[in-house]
Amino acid sequence: MKELAANASTNRMTYREACRQAIREALIDDPRTLLMGEDVGLYGGCYAVSKGLLAEFGPQRIRDTPLAEATFVGAGIGAAMAGLRPIVEIMTCNFSLLALDQIMNNAATIPHMSGGQFAVPLVIRMATGAGRQLAAQHSHSLEGWFAHIPGLKVLAPGTIEDARFMLKAALADPNPVIIFEHIVLYNAEGDLDPDVTSVDIAKARIRRHGRDISILTYGNSLPKSLAAAEVLAAEGIEAEVVDLRVLRPLDNATLFESVARTRRCIVVDEGWKSGSISAEIAARLSEDQFFELDAPIRRICSREIPVPYAAHMEEAALPQTPQIVDAARSLVKPR
Amino acid sequence: MPSLGADMESGRLVQWLVKPGSVVKKGDVVAVVETHKGAFEIEIFEEGVVSELCAKEGEELPVGAPLARLTRPGEQSVPKAPKAAPEAIPVSVPLAVEVGRAPGTQAAPLASFVQPSSRPRASPAARRRAGELGIDLNTLKGTGFDGSVTLADVELAAAGGAPPKDPSSAAAPATRRRGFDPNEMRLAIAAAMSRSKREIPHYYLASTIDMSRPLAWLESFNRQRKPEERLLPAALLLKATALALREYPQLNGFWEDGRFRPADGVHIGWAISLRGGGLIAPAIHEVDKHSLQSLMGALRDLVGRARSGGIRGSEMMDPTFTVTSVGDRGAESVLGVIYPPQVAIMGFGRVIERPWIVDGQVTARSLIIASLAADHRASDGHLGGLFLSAVDRFLQEPEGL
Repeated sequence: MKELAANASTNRMTYREACRQAIREALIDDPRTLLMGEDVGLYGGCYAVSKGLLAEFGPQRIRDTPLAEATFVGAGIGAAMAGLRPIVEIMTCNFSLLALDQIMNNAATIPHMSGGQFAVPLVIRMATGAGRQLAAQHSHSLEGWFAHIPGLKVLAPGTIEDARFMLKAALADPNPVIIFEHIVLYNAEGDLDPDVTSVDIAKARIRRHGRDISILTYGNSLPKSLAAAEVLAAEGIEAEVVDLRVLRPLDNATLFESVARTRRCIVVDEGWKSGSISAEIAARLSEDQFFELDAPIRRICSREIPVPYAAHMEEAALPQTPQIVDAARSLVKPR
Repeated sequence: MPSLGADMESGRLVQWLVKPGSVVKKGDVVAVVETHKGAFEIEIFEEGVVSELCAKEGEELPVGAPLARLTRPGEQSVPKAPKAAPEAIPVSVPLAVEVGRAPGTQAAPLASFVQPSSRPRASPAARRRAGELGIDLNTLKGTGFDGSVTLADVELAAAGGAPPKDPSSAAAPATRRRGFDPNEMRLAIAAAMSRSKREIPHYYLASTIDMSRPLAWLESFNRQRKPEERLLPAALLLKATALALREYPQLNGFWEDGRFRPADGVHIGWAISLRGGGLIAPAIHEVDKHSLQSLMGALRDLVGRARSGGIRGSEMMDPTFTVTSVGDRGAESVLGVIYPPQVAIMGFGRVIERPWIVDGQVTARSLIIASLAADHRASDGHLGGLFLSAVDRFLQEPEGL
């Protein structure tokens, strides 16, 4: 009751709370929905996203699992095929590799292999990214890898609003959907527009309009890009910031329209540069928008090293606002 | 080397008025530059101390070439290029080395490792546009990333105003004489007017304005004043045009990069024919804010300096609109050619005495045919008509000017 009252009186919340409310809403709205994963129940979730849910919904619907990713993701796929709407949490995307066979060979292919007889309406949530000194085995950004796989939808909420509402759209989708929640964003706070009660999971979104250069980004690189656009604006460079939101399938139309208009582009991606989603985007732009470009495409990605533990090293390894600013300055002549 | 007009490609530094160590502030005249339109005083737009003169007197330089270096207040003087380049570290340096690098050093930018190729560096968009316009990329100087030719560079070249890569490729004849050269000016006018007629879809409007009232007012105004304080009709025409432009800012500005950019102030270029032939149209700044008397003073000063030399660079760069008035020995009407990238030009013919109908009676009146040539990309005829009516309205209340 206390929480309901709090919800009614304020629309300001953290990204973490938005994720929690999204799960709670799904559990209330649809009795087929359940949450399972490592430490989601008694412990309240490794990033405290599911805190309190076990007490409210009970162990049937909030299920702690063994440390066995292939097993509980496989169980989730089976549950989805059998008619439930499971939400599976993988503590960090680094651990998802243990379940990669289930995700790729089962979740993504069964609808195809069964000739459409089986759908896999499964949602997998994973924490991703670096910035909290969790070192190389807990800090990587692997969403670009998953965006390689046909049959999956890959989402990357970069705002409180998307954290709050993408899950609902993901559960409504008959395909397996993976949501990458950035570990640094969990503490981000913002206001929700009271008029918004749902979001799409198909479109990129222009978060800031500008005429001189397009910064294409997602996840925790979104606030860094918006900060860079702010610095650039003071110098007379109007940067447009496009939040990809959906990494698979990519919303070509929105990206192409923006870059064709500004004619310059920087892709900011916390993944490693080689074989990254930024590589895919740069390739698509040069394939389809080559003659619109007025400057080389630039990419700002993480250093190609395991993410370091030491704070200053970790900071140096990740895309940062000054790099975005410098790249934009090199491409755009201030007016 | 500043651009003293869209048609200027290069200029000769005639004289330095500062030397290394000179303290300068915005607006100071620092040099005299000569173009095919004559000699101009060049003002500086920054504040600081002159640290180096890059150009020698007598040297011919393309637009955009550095003339001098300036140290801003509070800045250390710029050191000469370092002898060695210890910071030229290979690009694929491991992170550990980069993090440990001494503060103040920087990895050389990636682009500097790219070998220059004989093919001109141009963006895909620039290359496509140059192909459409039949422009040779080799002749252009790039302003984009790493010196590449951008779409804007191509469009500027198409408009006739691009800085050429190298002065020897400019159209100027090798035997160019010092001083004002009517042949050079002819070429400059030819380039600007060809560009205008090639690119700008002009539309033309004309209205006959009854000048009896403003001229009568002018006569009584002048009667009480000494000859040097008297106003000419030109001052009324200019001021009325400026006030009308304030009402219709869509005619006051520039067509650039495929769209209209309104100007910040009303700086009217006043077309002045020169005694040696040719003409220039330097700006009178903020015409709408002048009183008639200060405007008349500015006009006299401008015409005097245009004919004797001494037009400032900023006066050549700043016009936002042009007025051409044929004066009392000219034709009855004039339909102007727009000076790009401006979007309109106002033309005033000679004042003529004609039978006119006022209150149902045929009577002799002093008339002037006012015409507007405007860029149809930036505005439509309806707006042009309203603008001409506004000019008429302001002229009919000369005491309000």
